Amino acid sequence: MSRLALSDEILMKIEKPARYIGNEVNMIKKNPEDMDIRFCMCFPDVYEIGMSHLGIQIIYDVINKREDAYCERVYSPWPDLDRIMREKQIPLFSLETQTPVKQFDFLGITLQYEMCYTNILQILELSGIPIWAKDRTLEDPIVFGGGPCSYNPEPIADFFDVFYIGEGETRFDDVFELYKQLKKQGVAREELLYQIAKIPGMYVPSMYKVDYKEDGTIASFEPVREDVPETITKEIVLDFDKAPYPSKPLVPYIKATQDRVTLEIMRGCIRGCRFCQAGMIYRPTRQKNVETLQKYAREMIRSTGHEEISLSSLSSSDYECLKELIYFLIDEIGNNDVNVSLPSLRIDAFSLDVMKKVQDIKKSSLTFAPEAGTQRLRDVINKGLTEEVILNGAMQAFKGGWNKVKFYFMLGLPTETNEDAEGIPKLCETVAEAYYSIPKEERNGKVSITASSSFFVPKPFTPFQWAPMLDGETYIERAHHVKDTFRQQLNFKSMKYTYHESYVSVLEGVFARGDRKLSRVIYDAYKSGCIFDSWTEFFDNDRWMAAFEKNGISIPFYTTRERPLDEILPWDFIDIGVTKRFLASEWEKARQGIVTPNCREQCSGCGAAKFGGGVCFEGKN
Amino acid sequence: MKVRIKYTKSGHLKFIGHLDVMRYFQKAVKRAGLDIAYSQGFSPHQLMSFAAPLALGVTSEGEYFDAEFNSLISSDEFVRRFNEQMVEGITVKDVVLLPERAKNSMSIVAASDYIITVLAKDEAGNLLDEADNVCGADVMSEKRDRLLEASEHLLEKDVIEVLRKTKKNEKIEDIRKGIFKLHPQGDRIYMLLAAGSEYNLKPELVVEALCKEIGCEYKKFDYQIHRIETYMKNEDGELVSLLESGTKIE
Repeated sequence: MSRLALSDEILMKIEKPARYIGNEVNMIKKNPEDMDIRFCMCFPDVYEIGMSHLGIQIIYDVINKREDAYCERVYSPWPDLDRIMREKQIPLFSLETQTPVKQFDFLGITLQYEMCYTNILQILELSGIPIWAKDRTLEDPIVFGGGPCSYNPEPIADFFDVFYIGEGETRFDDVFELYKQLKKQGVAREELLYQIAKIPGMYVPSMYKVDYKEDGTIASFEPVREDVPETITKEIVLDFDKAPYPSKPLVPYIKATQDRVTLEIMRGCIRGCRFCQAGMIYRPTRQKNVETLQKYAREMIRSTGHEEISLSSLSSSDYECLKELIYFLIDEIGNNDVNVSLPSLRIDAFSLDVMKKVQDIKKSSLTFAPEAGTQRLRDVINKGLTEEVILNGAMQAFKGGWNKVKFYFMLGLPTETNEDAEGIPKLCETVAEAYYSIPKEERNGKVSITASSSFFVPKPFTPFQWAPMLDGETYIERAHHVKDTFRQQLNFKSMKYTYHESYVSVLEGVFARGDRKLSRVIYDAYKSGCIFDSWTEFFDNDRWMAAFEKNGISIPFYTTRERPLDEILPWDFIDIGVTKRFLASEWEKARQGIVTPNCREQCSGCGAAKFGGGVCFEGKN
Repeated sequence: MKVRIKYTKSGHLKFIGHLDVMRYFQKAVKRAGLDIAYSQGFSPHQLMSFAAPLALGVTSEGEYFDAEFNSLISSDEFVRRFNEQMVEGITVKDVVLLPERAKNSMSIVAASDYIITVLAKDEAGNLLDEADNVCGADVMSEKRDRLLEASEHLLEKDVIEVLRKTKKNEKIEDIRKGIFKLHPQGDRIYMLLAAGSEYNLKPELVVEALCKEIGCEYKKFDYQIHRIETYMKNEDGELVSLLESGTKIE
């Protein structure tokens, strides 16, 4: 048993000491001394959140399959421990061997949401690794970033040595082989990074120079050394069915946010909703064979002892063998006292049938995500869901005994008017009235409708990447207007409406489409005390505003400004397969309210076919 | 069919709380493919109940839970199948079959015994290895010797008062009736204390009483508490192991 990095006294003083001791079921044990490569994988949020993340478990499995490499883990120390570590100068350590992070060859940080950026600086600082990449030496690990936010890594580019652009299953071997070879030769850090920059999918920010125009937009973005590619094509697992998958995932002692087996059935989405970044960056859509998934389901239930299994994908209803898979899970896995938790499926006869089998109707609710209140606006965002489909689904469910409905909307979508906003309560009212049109004896008491709206944030690599984001004040006014309109509905007593605050979304809006100038703001915000910004109890908007002011950075430049089509966008150097031309034509079609068919109905030539697989070639082999 | 399982909890696992140990065993039972019984209803749960909760930071070689199974295997096979699924720090020691009408372990617990180690620390509070020859260690060993001596005589008193804190208030309490045995054992302190629903005495309170006795301040982190065994009373009123309720499955 390895010695713990924290003393008993410290562990007894802090909340949930189990966050920091490792030794979980299915943890990989190796002798660090036999390793050529030591990789520390970090999720920059608290343990329970990070342990629920599938991507980390995949990378953990991929790297640990190598005999010469050991992948360990680290999560953000909660503020109670953070204080003690600073006071007693205890360096941040990995869970597996309790080794200081600074001693690793690599530190890999997953970037799942923008509001984790200050936590990255906490990880670096507590590890004793210089926060700015330029200040690091051979004594420091190579700091890698990856995950969704690395599709625009520019706001945090100065803190990272390398970004891995794309799916994590493909290129670690190349990086490790190169690293082993160059380490033996004892090359300088800059040379090491230069060579890594030539591996496909690797973006080394220090190898690129950005020049700005007077108005703050980008004048040029170019490599500073020969052979460093001008554009970086995202990495992708083409044979998704054979992609590595962790059949023995880690099982934490304390309850993680997701305390269950997760089966990834499909990557990518055929729908092409225009606000959705995942729907573009994971193209082309690829799925796993149902036999493969059955095998994983059995193995993972056996190896973890979890009593719940759930599916993961962007749109499970589009998985081609869904019925077969779900009936297998219910009949075979479910028989073994395992709960099957269903993702948000399209509401239809099939999904209602399976929901009846696995859930208590009295407790469960129907979930719809129309995202916008009127058909006009749903056409703008290319969300296929119509009022008719919602009503049909809801009526079937009401007759089957359901009486709770949840709706998810966004406010601040491009071209949105007051009328669109009023469409939210009106749609709820229509559904309520449909419920009460059912004879009293055939329905199940009162209907309960919950609607919530979030503040739309335009994201890179979507047709709305050029669109202006609404300003915070107007968003709040519009949300108030929606709330007032709810009160005017006949059945308003059966309805509940909530909306998200605006501050965090505005910051997300800045960082989602931000550039390198923002790294100073993030640094200053962190130094002034910002941390765990995605936790409402810690978020402090005033400190953030002060950091923007101190650096003379204008928020509207990043949020409410509409970008012209010919502007160089900070993320233009990344090639996701989907072309800028396609995104621009989608932006135009959005403004005209023209919908685009999904990938299975008709190929729209987005560009993702160049990878040579997935839905683009379905039925063509 | 109800069985009683005895296990140990040591090393880093002392930082895993009682509820999490329960969750840990629920998953371990599934991994081991054991035929555990479930309650009825829409959210069925495993029929499992734990004896005496162990405080965070305390190690033990005498922990128990009862569980209901649909089918049985031999005691040895139970132990083997469980231990294939255990992490370092938790080991299943024994499994016995309980008679049909056996009371559950939690309701019959009557006592627990403990061994207390006085930890050697330097002035900054860092733990020292036994071999470390630092001046701080001398201070601690002197204090330890005085505590050991006090443990030999404390039970001669009729009243042993300590400040007992509950969630709502704190009050002076006489804990004499909860201490069945107390004496030095080598360079450690042994104590047998009342446990369970009738009267439950935490070992910390006894250590606190000893500190008070020698006139030094009680510091929670200067001691490692280890539970040796959990007891019930047999028909003759003697304290015996909780395993005595059952029989080995052949």
